[in-house]
Amino acid sequence: MVYLTRKAEFSASHYYHNPEFTPEENRRVFGKCNNPNGHGHNYTLEVTVKGAVDPRSGFVVDLKELKEIMHREVLDAMDHRFLNKEVPEFASRIPTTENLAIAIWQRLAPKLQKAQIHRVRVYETPDLFADFYGEA
Amino acid sequence: MKAHLTRRYRFSASHRLHSDEFSPEENLTIYGKCNNPHGHGHNYVLEVTVSGPVDERTGMVCNLVDLDGFVDSAVLSRYNLENLNMLQEFTRNVPTTENLCVGIFEILQRGFRQAHLERVRLEETMMNSFEYAGGAEPRP
Repeated sequence: MVYLTRKAEFSASHYYHNPEFTPEENRRVFGKCNNPNGHGHNYTLEVTVKGAVDPRSGFVVDLKELKEIMHREVLDAMDHRFLNKEVPEFASRIPTTENLAIAIWQRLAPKLQKAQIHRVRVYETPDLFADFYGEA
Repeated sequence: MKAHLTRRYRFSASHRLHSDEFSPEENLTIYGKCNNPHGHGHNYVLEVTVSGPVDERTGMVCNLVDLDGFVDSAVLSRYNLENLNMLQEFTRNVPTTENLCVGIFEILQRGFRQAHLERVRLEETMMNSFEYAGGAEPRP
């Protein structure tokens, strides 16, 4: 079993708000991230897949194919977008780094046929990242 | 759904690697330049990884304000700009980054209740880092 990681970058804006909370609760729980006009980050996405090395190609996965899937399923939908308003998952879920990692996993997992997805890591800043391993 | 969250912090401190159990020659052989009696310093980078179910109401494993607040008061303010050898915990233990990493893990495990502590990773320089996830065997 070999693990292979591909990185990508995207930039997007978001804000944190739960309509079930009062305005005061939203401000208390989410602080500055509750600003309804949003704020932005340069995100770094790391997708790790695992699998046996194909003896003919020497690949775990065709990197070009992985790159295309990441672009089509994630970057085309999220790069230079306001996540709350333009990415359907975040109409009902708060676009935290944790939920971004989960949403990206859910977008990629059904599209990756040959290699098994192992981990999605999303850096919101160089000092903060979330990992999702598909655990319930 | 369960996710892992990692936060990076920075602090700077000095230390000297020296054990009274060794002779001066042995100390020099084992610790080399790190045995310099006047000590030397590092800019440490601390990575704290916590895990847990993502709260549906907040979208979070734990509120970063709580994690930052705890790490700041219990870890960073304890070690930042200090000489580690002067601290109570290193009067008998050598302040290697291994021991510091384990010490920080234990502080977090004892005091931080808002999420499960997975791992502490400590970079002494850009070239070396240490990780501890609990479960150490007792020393013989």
